[in-house]
Amino acid sequence: MTREVQAPLVTVEVDDQRVEIPEASTLLQAIRAAGKDVPTLCYHPVLEPIGVCRVCVVEVEGSRTLVPACIRRVEPGMRVRTETPRVELSRRMVVELLQTSVDTSLAPDVQRYAAEYGARPERWQPFAREGFRTRRAPKVDNDLYVRDLDRCILCYRCVRACGEEGQSSFAIAVAGRGLGARIDPGFDLPLPDSACVFCGNCLAVCPTEALVPKTQFEMRRAGTWDERRQQVVTTTCPYCGVGCKLNLHVQDNRIVKVTAPLEDPITRGFLCVKGRFGWTYVHAGTASGPGSEAEPSTPAGTL
Amino acid sequence: MFGAGGGTNSYREMEETNLILLWGSNARETHPVMFLHMLKGVRNGARLVVVDPRRTSSVAFAHRWLPVRVGTDIALANAMGRYIIHEGLLNEEFVREATEGFARYREAVEPYTLERAEAITGVPRELIAATAREYATAPRAMICWTLGITEHHNAVDTVFSLTNLALLTGHVGRYGSGLNPLRGQNNVQGGGDMGALPNRLVGFQNVEDPEVRARFERAWGCTIPPKAGWHLTAMYDAMEKGLLRGLYVIGENPVCSDANATRILRLFQELEFLVVQDLFLTPTAELANVVFPAAAAWCESEGTVTSSERRVQRVRKALDPPGEARDDLWILQQLARRLGREWDYPDAEAVWNEVRELSPLHRGMSYRRLEELGGIQWPCPTEDHPGELFLHGRLWKRPVEGPRAPFVPTHYEPPVDEVNEDYPLLLTTGRRLYFFNTGVQTALYGAPVPQEEYLVLHPRDAGRYGIAHGDRVRVSSRRGSVEATAWVESTVAPGLCFMTLHFPEKTPTNVLTVDAADPKSGTAEFKATAVRVERIPRERVPAEATREGAP
Repeated sequence: MTREVQAPLVTVEVDDQRVEIPEASTLLQAIRAAGKDVPTLCYHPVLEPIGVCRVCVVEVEGSRTLVPACIRRVEPGMRVRTETPRVELSRRMVVELLQTSVDTSLAPDVQRYAAEYGARPERWQPFAREGFRTRRAPKVDNDLYVRDLDRCILCYRCVRACGEEGQSSFAIAVAGRGLGARIDPGFDLPLPDSACVFCGNCLAVCPTEALVPKTQFEMRRAGTWDERRQQVVTTTCPYCGVGCKLNLHVQDNRIVKVTAPLEDPITRGFLCVKGRFGWTYVHAGTASGPGSEAEPSTPAGTL
Repeated sequence: MFGAGGGTNSYREMEETNLILLWGSNARETHPVMFLHMLKGVRNGARLVVVDPRRTSSVAFAHRWLPVRVGTDIALANAMGRYIIHEGLLNEEFVREATEGFARYREAVEPYTLERAEAITGVPRELIAATAREYATAPRAMICWTLGITEHHNAVDTVFSLTNLALLTGHVGRYGSGLNPLRGQNNVQGGGDMGALPNRLVGFQNVEDPEVRARFERAWGCTIPPKAGWHLTAMYDAMEKGLLRGLYVIGENPVCSDANATRILRLFQELEFLVVQDLFLTPTAELANVVFPAAAAWCESEGTVTSSERRVQRVRKALDPPGEARDDLWILQQLARRLGREWDYPDAEAVWNEVRELSPLHRGMSYRRLEELGGIQWPCPTEDHPGELFLHGRLWKRPVEGPRAPFVPTHYEPPVDEVNEDYPLLLTTGRRLYFFNTGVQTALYGAPVPQEEYLVLHPRDAGRYGIAHGDRVRVSSRRGSVEATAWVESTVAPGLCFMTLHFPEKTPTNVLTVDAADPKSGTAEFKATAVRVERIPRERVPAEATREGAP
């Protein structure tokens, strides 16, 4: 009835362990099927792999170069090594170069891999040319989300979530080249003047807080953002009848962020602007509201 | 549909169907996440055909747009039906084995030639024919609609005109083929499921069926009135006649959201007693004798809602409600106690378990299973039942299981509010992406567009009435007048204009709309109001005062 046709299986070896996996699977899937893992940054479970960050590289017997595991398809008899010195050196360098060029302090995955592979980004400092580290001020041009491009590692996840794999708005792309490359809605426009429809699906997939809800951005600045004190409660969106599951991130009896669970087949983690940002009314009129203290006790539109 | 009030398919079927006929819906803005499933279907090769008087943002993704005139959908559907019959494209086996009343349907659609349909609907005949052919010959096809179909004085007939097409072609009761009303609010479907309809008890069970009633009476220990109650429009008529003098409104803002708002306001003011239970002191609540401040049901209390694919899913308490706001269930139980009934439900799950006892559709849905499966689609009669992906598979059993599905012949009638020299434009209403209904929930979150009502107007009409883009205009109907800002673009046809009801404080759009309603559903004809539009002359403002801090 549906297209769940059983694909023929392919046998590969991951670190001397035999794995049978449907053909057209990726090496990453084979590695995970073998109970192992490799680091990933540009890879995201609901997006198609594009293999740009190169942190997932592995050695494949017979291959001259290292191979990105997220995007390479399995072939019968492939022999894969996930933890060789060459692989580890390469991953360490990828992480160090990211740390040298942007602020990765709010990128938990980069932090974790840095520790795991013993990254020492300072050793690249002598080679850093003028302009290598472009420090860009956060762009705050709307009330919903902030672009803090100084944290952007150009993993393209946001571009893909905005494009045909997700929202299909095609509002952002990578503009410029080399050190000037950046995520942009075109002509450096403010977001409200662009094709952006503020679904926030780009920030849902951003691994570094380069794209971040304004609430979270402001609470970080004020030093009040504290994930250890947050509970996450799953509920259903209050707006239209689609029934998107929402994860409410709650700190001190206030919603501070809304996300969608990736495993929900209805949303696959994608929401619309009302679902992701339209929760503010719940706190209308209560002390230290999400806007200002001077908020009216009821929404303006209702009086 | 055919006895059960719910969409027949699931969202995932949109990804694997061959044709999606999106009729009277701008799902791109009103159901954005569902539209992503449709787009996935399009990428998998499905055709998307949009039927809408406006060139909406959904149309931007469509293979074809049928620019139907407001309120002429029945003529369009009947012409498609006639073409399918005449071209021999109908599913004869299905019509013969699973339906009844085909002869009367064939007779009823016979006058709707392509030429006549083009004259009525404004849709070029080639497009009608091509769409009919595609729909009939697609291996799988779905019709999805929203309020463009149901907010008409002949809404129920309009829905029948679509279900007739599905019966004619066998596009119902199969994976990827069906009929789907997309629900506009997170629990419209669940409200119906729970019997918040004048003629139904929990689980769509007919209140006028003595056996059904007896079962509920035993469970509830009371007598249930044997006749169906009033739907919304009938309630207003009863208020007009003084038959209905007290009202208890829960979570609704009818003074802003119902048609002919001036009349509604008067009817509410004339009530002897009004109770409103809401999160906010809405304009409706301001008229109340008693206001019960309520908790937000989706994040301050426990319970379930039902989605457009019949999926019952949990809402959970994440926050303590502010001040004296209380859970709806607590308020209702306290009220019952004061009225002399001891309702003893310790929590929402206890209420839900009673639903399961009384409604066969929901019987297998324990809270534990809803949790484990992330929601279950009704019908789910037993605890080992996975829930149904699509409805009416029985129509494909031979012999057909249960009653045959009936064709219901329908005829085109123009909208009630007539366009004439004094009211030369037709106003249709709808939603915009960033806002929701009367704006109570969306006024505060910082939407990146102005909080302002626009009148969308075709350039030809704008020119005719001397209106420029951005001018303030007065919009008047036979019932009242409001102000808005003109938005001139050709997404509407000449003669048509568009507004929302998102900003009732400044622009109470429903002052204009007509309360002619469908006799069966009680839904008013929000989609068709005859109006005239006049430019409001700009006040002369001294140049130096135009902008603060300007040089």
